[in-house]
Amino acid sequence: MLVTRGFKGRRREGDADRLRLPPGQFLTPEFPVLTTGPTQHTRLDRWSLALQHGGSLLGKWSWEQFEALPQTEITCDIHCVTKWSKFDTRWRGVTIDNLLRAAGLDAAPTGFLMAHCDGGYTTNLLIGDLIEARAMIATHFDDLPLLPAHGGPARLLVPHLYFWKSAKWVRRLAFRENDTPGFCESHGYHLRGDPWREQRYEGDL
Amino acid sequence: MIGAAMAAAQWRVATVTAIRAETASVKTIRFEVPGWPGHLGGQHVDLRLTAEDGYVAQRSYSIASGAGTSPQIELTIDAVPDGEVSGFLHEELRIGDQIEIRGPIGSYFAWSAEHDYGLLLIAGGSGIVPLMSMLRSRAAAGATQHARLLYSSRSIDQIIYRSELDRLAAQTTHFTLTHTLTRETPSGWAGEQGRIDRVMLTRRQFTPAGDPDVYVCGPTAFVETIAEHLVAMGHRASNVRTERFGPTGAIRT
Ligand SMILES: Cc1cc2nc3c(=O)[nH]c(=O)nc-3n(C[C@H](O)[C@H](O)[C@H](O)COP(=O)(O)OP(=O)(O)OC[C@H]3O[C@@H](n4cnc5c(N)ncnc54)[C@H](O)[C@@H]3O)c2cc1C
Repeated sequence: MLVTRGFKGRRREGDADRLRLPPGQFLTPEFPVLTTGPTQHTRLDRWSLALQHGGSLLGKWSWEQFEALPQTEITCDIHCVTKWSKFDTRWRGVTIDNLLRAAGLDAAPTGFLMAHCDGGYTTNLLIGDLIEARAMIATHFDDLPLLPAHGGPARLLVPHLYFWKSAKWVRRLAFRENDTPGFCESHGYHLRGDPWREQRYEGDL
Repeated sequence: MIGAAMAAAQWRVATVTAIRAETASVKTIRFEVPGWPGHLGGQHVDLRLTAEDGYVAQRSYSIASGAGTSPQIELTIDAVPDGEVSGFLHEELRIGDQIEIRGPIGSYFAWSAEHDYGLLLIAGGSGIVPLMSMLRSRAAAGATQHARLLYSSRSIDQIIYRSELDRLAAQTTHFTLTHTLTRETPSGWAGEQGRIDRVMLTRRQFTPAGDPDVYVCGPTAFVETIAEHLVAMGHRASNVRTERFGPTGAIRT
């Protein structure tokens, strides 16, 4: 540890907050927007969500069908790789478990998945990071429909990983046999992105 | 690439070798970073500051200096009001001080000489930093495609790198510089006035003709607005690359 001469730090969080903050993160009351390009605006009547494996379609939902799936609410802390964290964010949507059930699957057919989004963004995920109520397709934030800037109409929410994994404007989940890098992951970011292990960049253990 | 990635992920102890004022609230700090793996224009680093009691703060800063493998890199830092890290860097940091740095990070918001296409750059306030690095990299690489920069500042004395930008614009025929001032304009001002909008973008030829690469950087709200204008003007969303520095208000545009 190199002590930085003269650095005292102004933003001491209380002990309770500090325990909830992964290493290198700080708390923000705001909800910053981060995207690699312009915000996508997708009309609900053109929106659908597809579940795929190889060439076969395992399930596909229009907006109305999707809204009719069992809804789950979760309150969680979120952590962005650009260092901000936000506590107690409130989301509603469909868990990946319920999505698999709606497609008539007892279990995911493979161990990996690529999420594809409007605008061409992709991110890779381990199935283990998605099931058992660890992740959802979120459509509401604080009881209001998710704004386009924050990923509306629907985004992936995987709160226990850095937030670039919670892909905005998600449209297609494709099961894969292997873990191959998505968009950020092929531009220098970590393949998994666990904030508690500070897996920010490729090369972090 | 694993080797390069490991090199970028590693924390290094950098030494401050020079500090200069760019404007009243912006400083450029030069660091000597032993073992620096080299970078592209537009990439950033993470800084890690540690207090005596072990408290740690990390922030990202774009690299201002041009691409290359020199172990001397420069960062340009805007003092955000009440900023924990930018305040420390402005008020406390001295030549000879040591600080932990890692990088370079992010190969998406980056310009490399192999992609010498038409280039449109749009900056708000300190959002100029990674774009300046791209322009410096282009100049050093002898890039031949046309580049345009539209740079929004509050007032003339808040323009960062003003004389260097003027020099670049005077030296090369394939770089067009436009400033816009949003708060105060001096008499006889020949640049633009007011916030960037579609009309201004069109007037300054920030159009999709020729399928240019577009890089937009600045405060979050600035980037959001401009990216929407660009898409509405017909730019392909996949050509528009954005970097958001943080909440509006504190960055002076
Ligand atoms: C990829 C990337 C590259 C960046 N490059 C640069 C750069 O080249 N030069 C540069 O000056 N900054 C850059 N930033 C912003 C920088 O990381 C810090 O956010 C900024 O210096 C403020 O940190 P702080 O500790 O001083 O302020 P904090 O103590 O974190 O915040 C103090 C106050 O300022 C507000 N604030 C926080 N961050 C910002 C911000 N970015 N803009 C405006 N207000 C803010 C907060 O809401 C708070 O009210 C970059 C950010 C990112 C994500």
